[in-house]
Amino acid sequence: MSQNRIMRDHIRALLKKDARPDGRGFLDYRTCLSVEYGVSPKTAEGSARVRIGKTDVIAGIKLGLATPYPDQQDQGTIMVGAELTPFSNKNFEMGPPSIASIELARVVDRGIRESGAIDLKKLCVKAGEQVWQVFIDIYPINDDGNLRDAASLAALAALKDTLFPTLDKKTGMVDYYTKTKTKLPLNDEPLEITVIKIGDTFLVDPTLEEEEYLDARITVALLKDGTICGMQKGGTEALSTEDISQMVKIAGDTVKTLRKVL
Amino acid sequence: MGKLFVEERQIVIPGDQLATGMDYLPAGGAYRNGEDIRSSVLGVLTMNGRVLRVIPLKSQYRPRSGDMVICKIAEMTNNVWFAQLTESRDGVLTQREVPEYINDGDDLSHYYNYGDYVLAKIVTATRTSIALTLKGPGLRKLRGGRLVEVNPARVPRIIGKQGSMIGTIKDKTGCRMIVGQNGVVWLQGSPQQEGVAMAAIDLICEKGHLQGLTDIVGAFIDERMKDVTDVEEVSHNDAGKMHADEEQPTRTARPQRSEGRSQRGRRE
Amino acid sequence: MSKIKRAEGRAVDGLRPMEAKVGVVPSADGSAMFKIGKTIAIASVRGPRKLHPKFLQNPEQGRLRCFYNMVSFSGSGDRVRPGPNRRTKEINLVMESALAPALNLKQFPNCAIDVFINLVQTDAGTRCAAITAAAMALADAGFEMKDMVAAVAVGMSGGNVIADLDYIEDSAEDGVDIPIAMMPNEGKITLLQLDGKIAPKSLDEALKLAKVVCKKIYDVQRKALADHYTIADEPTKKVTKKATKKAKKEAKK
Repeated sequence: MSQNRIMRDHIRALLKKDARPDGRGFLDYRTCLSVEYGVSPKTAEGSARVRIGKTDVIAGIKLGLATPYPDQQDQGTIMVGAELTPFSNKNFEMGPPSIASIELARVVDRGIRESGAIDLKKLCVKAGEQVWQVFIDIYPINDDGNLRDAASLAALAALKDTLFPTLDKKTGMVDYYTKTKTKLPLNDEPLEITVIKIGDTFLVDPTLEEEEYLDARITVALLKDGTICGMQKGGTEALSTEDISQMVKIAGDTVKTLRKVL
Repeated sequence: MGKLFVEERQIVIPGDQLATGMDYLPAGGAYRNGEDIRSSVLGVLTMNGRVLRVIPLKSQYRPRSGDMVICKIAEMTNNVWFAQLTESRDGVLTQREVPEYINDGDDLSHYYNYGDYVLAKIVTATRTSIALTLKGPGLRKLRGGRLVEVNPARVPRIIGKQGSMIGTIKDKTGCRMIVGQNGVVWLQGSPQQEGVAMAAIDLICEKGHLQGLTDIVGAFIDERMKDVTDVEEVSHNDAGKMHADEEQPTRTARPQRSEGRSQRGRRE
Repeated sequence: MSKIKRAEGRAVDGLRPMEAKVGVVPSADGSAMFKIGKTIAIASVRGPRKLHPKFLQNPEQGRLRCFYNMVSFSGSGDRVRPGPNRRTKEINLVMESALAPALNLKQFPNCAIDVFINLVQTDAGTRCAAITAAAMALADAGFEMKDMVAAVAVGMSGGNVIADLDYIEDSAEDGVDIPIAMMPNEGKITLLQLDGKIAPKSLDEALKLAKVVCKKIYDVQRKALADHYTIADEPTKKVTKKATKKAKKEAKK
């Protein structure tokens, strides 16, 4: 699909005049930012919906029992999935999971897994026999840019919303209809911030228009104390080490905006 | 003999019974089903004497000969360009229909390249093909500015009767503006001016079914322009004349949608 | 008819509480959410758009394609495995048959009209909720439609003909599930399936009940579609305030 030359030139021209199409500052998040907990309370162990401007993403958690991996007998598992379909963006592909949905899922996964936010040992029911699997699934409802940040926020909010179902220790069966009051234990709250580069300018929280014309992008996963627990570079242009340091610093400064709405 | 079930400017949905009996006649957006006249779209009911018409709030673009459209060059062969008008319709632009003289063997992308946007006119449109031309006043490749997509049903409101609405937007914001019948709008001004024009267009798209819109929009723009600090001068071309785009091409020699009969009421 | 106990004291012909909203996916050509009891369906329409690959194109008319999808956390019990399966493929087919009669596909040669439906939470009646949401989304997109399509499941439970089965009624041993879709003004049925055992006389009763309750679904659809455009009277105030604030910020820089 050929690029839109007018908009590509326009976004750059605006940046030279210190402007963005919606009038925001380069480092400003969209002001319509909200988290809603419990969007599928009957069937999900935890769920949440995040809105950033017109971007709208839901995430849900399912807990299931499984046998542990042979080399991690006393640890539960995490699996993150995402479905990017024309439902939320007309240009997403139909059919089996596209590389875009796989990348989104893995980027969110990296932040949660590497942070150790979920203590996998606490998911052990019986070492060597039964552990809990945490399934995190992300579904964009509307894509107006910055799905990564929205997905990571929705995933974390859904995890915070999660309660264990009842486990009958004798039969080993899960009763999904009866939720316990036990929350999923979280050690930390990893969140991801994406910073993009267009020309010489760094931007935070890109809209769909801006994302289409980015040169490069970095998504940084951050813990509450500012420790970095995951990174991913995207885009076709290269970045200098100075660029990367600056973008990481911007991400660190911006994440508090997301933490406020949790 | 007949009975009316709705009132002027009421919002109706597909299948709604508008009237019964032979007293009333269906036009665009309404159809006859036995004794009944029903709505075939989600829209606003209007009555012109006995003629019941439903003006859709959203619709798909129906290409017509004479329409000005803003489209993207998407494909080309060695002697023809294909321009995308909407998600479902492409138009064909041949070498003969551009003002430049193209030598045999020239690479067409040197004249109009992938991703370029042009303001073109539809020469002929059939159910499956659309022929475009760039020969005519004001028709050209668009440079600078930005694009906004709107639903084609809103285009008449954004232009207004005899261009009154687009005139209001241009005069009050200072932007240059062209509206393609296919629902693509081109704007050019300072960032803040463009922002106000886009907000005005959003407003029309949201409230296009209301009356007195030109005044509402005028007041809205005045209010927002109070905070605008950077203003770009409207430029004239080298010949010292205003660009032909200042003349908003309106549909002429065809009945306006709000009056008379339209051919679109017929179901195929 | 014997008095039966339904959850929350519902009558035999009672529908669960419903909610509908149009325009929930701003970038879609049309969209709508429909909630009935705990079943939540969101439909997003993309089209008309070119149909690829080319061999699928029909020069006589457009093709309506439905993509029903249960999100992984929408099932009662285990996680729902993502991706199409036999059940969802069948649902897609019956949905397309339920909605196509209302549309005029001859207007869109070689095109596709794609309807994506996500079930965010399920408690029986999902294909009907999906059809109801999809019909609103198609109307929202401005497609010419002969009539709306309203859908609900009727059936039997405890020997009684009932409307809008919930999950427990649907899964009961003697439960009969009859999903039905109708064009309410035409009075014609476009979806009809049946799971269970039923006497022909009871089926007649169920179909009669379906006509009545589909009209109730239709009323909810109408309100949601009309409300979407009359509520639009609010934005001016909000837009001006926010915009003035933003512009003032800009000016200060």
